[in-house]
Amino acid sequence: MTTSRQTHRFSMPRLLRTISQIPTYVFMSVFLIYFLIPLFWLLISSTKTNAGLFSTFGLWFGKDFNFFQNLKDLFAYDNGHFALWMKNTAIYALIASLGSSFISAMAGYAFAQYRFAGRDLLFGIVLGSIFVPATVFAVPLFLLMSKSGLSNSLWAIILPSLVNPFGVYLMRIYAQQAVPQDLIDAARVDGAGEFRIFVTIVFRLIAPGYVTVLLFAFVGAWNNYFLPLLLLSKSDLYLLTVGLAYWNSLASQPGVAHVLYILVVTGSVVAIIPVMIVFLFLQRYWQGGLTLGSIKE
Amino acid sequence: MSLAETSVSTAPWRRRLKQTITPYLFLLPFLLGYVAFLIYPLIYSLNLSLYRKQLIGGVTFVGLANYVKVFSDSNFWEGIRNVLVFGAIQIPIMLGLALIFALLLDGAVTKGQTIFRLGFFLPFAVPSVVAALMWGYFYGQAFGPIAQIAEMLHLPPPMFLTAKTIIPSIANISTWQYTGYNMLIIFAALKAIPSELYEAARVDGANDWQIAWRIRIPLVWPAISLTIIFSVIGTLQLFNEPNVLTVVAPSVVNTHFTPNIYLYSIAFRNAQFEYSAAMAFALAIVTGILASLVLFVSSRIEEKQK
Repeated sequence: MTTSRQTHRFSMPRLLRTISQIPTYVFMSVFLIYFLIPLFWLLISSTKTNAGLFSTFGLWFGKDFNFFQNLKDLFAYDNGHFALWMKNTAIYALIASLGSSFISAMAGYAFAQYRFAGRDLLFGIVLGSIFVPATVFAVPLFLLMSKSGLSNSLWAIILPSLVNPFGVYLMRIYAQQAVPQDLIDAARVDGAGEFRIFVTIVFRLIAPGYVTVLLFAFVGAWNNYFLPLLLLSKSDLYLLTVGLAYWNSLASQPGVAHVLYILVVTGSVVAIIPVMIVFLFLQRYWQGGLTLGSIKE
Repeated sequence: MSLAETSVSTAPWRRRLKQTITPYLFLLPFLLGYVAFLIYPLIYSLNLSLYRKQLIGGVTFVGLANYVKVFSDSNFWEGIRNVLVFGAIQIPIMLGLALIFALLLDGAVTKGQTIFRLGFFLPFAVPSVVAALMWGYFYGQAFGPIAQIAEMLHLPPPMFLTAKTIIPSIANISTWQYTGYNMLIIFAALKAIPSELYEAARVDGANDWQIAWRIRIPLVWPAISLTIIFSVIGTLQLFNEPNVLTVVAPSVVNTHFTPNIYLYSIAFRNAQFEYSAAMAFALAIVTGILASLVLFVSSRIEEKQK
């Protein structure tokens, strides 16, 4: 009896509240469609034949399901260049992200843990460089890499990516929050060396921050275009982004067979899948990193 | 003091030396890379920008002549004008939407929060090259769904890649890609506000609008101003999207459509590295001026709110 009265009393405002929320949900849903529809189109299109791309409605499946044939064609085309680009991208993104985040973690920890001469000046310089446009480094890096002969290898793009000032900034803030001073002092009393303290104790404490910086660096590298376009001149060394843009330019040239469009579409799907997986499975780390980025001093 | 004097006194001395050196050792890998791949290229480029390569006479020192040339190069200013028009359209729309989404997700939207958050953020995972390719096809007449729908309705297909429409079309691509990212930055800042603040205001009779306008937005203003500054810097460096779209709209996206595209074509098509080095610094100067302007205005707004 009492329960029914209670539900009655409580359901009216709840109903009203639900009704008043409808405009909000409609608004949000319209934008959800806006954000997802190009990706939906890309996925649908990758299941079509090249002719089907032109002859069937873009936002629904065509007559044939050609996705696996497209995949086969994608990796076979041009002596398997696509697989090579994928390998390059994976090597570059893995080394650059693992390396740069470990280097950033060490530097960030140093800024957070120790007081030393020139600390604030150094940190200021590091912070300042976040705001310098990457363009400024593009031309000199290209010339220096060509001079040193590195422009014929992936190192031309890996080495500059190891320097991640924003990562240092994030790791410093994270280390300040996550590493208790007593713990470090206790380890010192026990006679542990500073580097051993870092590897065995600190690193475990700052691991969530480390993963965040790692993810940002990985996705940043995987999606990078401007510097790789300048620094890697041979098509054997292209990354996925550079290669896909190159194929797209070939596909758009009159006289060249249009068969390439479906390959660019399928290649785009394959190129975004690794990052999507990383995103969906490790989303709590993204959130963590963005929270860190918005903390002010 | 000889080494053999006492073994007891060397221990603290050595420990102090170790303590002094330790932070620098932790910093060493980063600083080495910083000097090799940031500072050195910067100095190299600064030096380069003071020279000019001539057909006769080879490379000669010209002082600031390259900078004078950049600042009087109408192509450079046309690019700057394009990115400023782009930014004036794109940044307010993107950050306005990001703020509205963040406010709604941190309050009004109680069900399906994760779906909206993830769905809005997902485009950030797409490489900007793929985003530009995809939207280029989407806009296109050959097999773009928008043109197909227009055809079904017997309407003339909308032209997205003409001289008049190209900037809004690129602005849409960037908005699609980065709104969710900016939304999450603001959302994270909103989450950090203690809810007692709202309750106190509500007890005082404030409605949702007043709470958003008077409490929530002022409190997350530092996060918002961060998104503004990064957007301004990103806008001035616009390259990937127009460079991909130049394939489908070569007459519209010309070789000086944005400063970075101009710089790229000067350096890598014409091999005028000295001039392009000067242009990169000129762009950095323009960026710096605009970013400080934004910082100044933003801190004024912050003061007013207090």
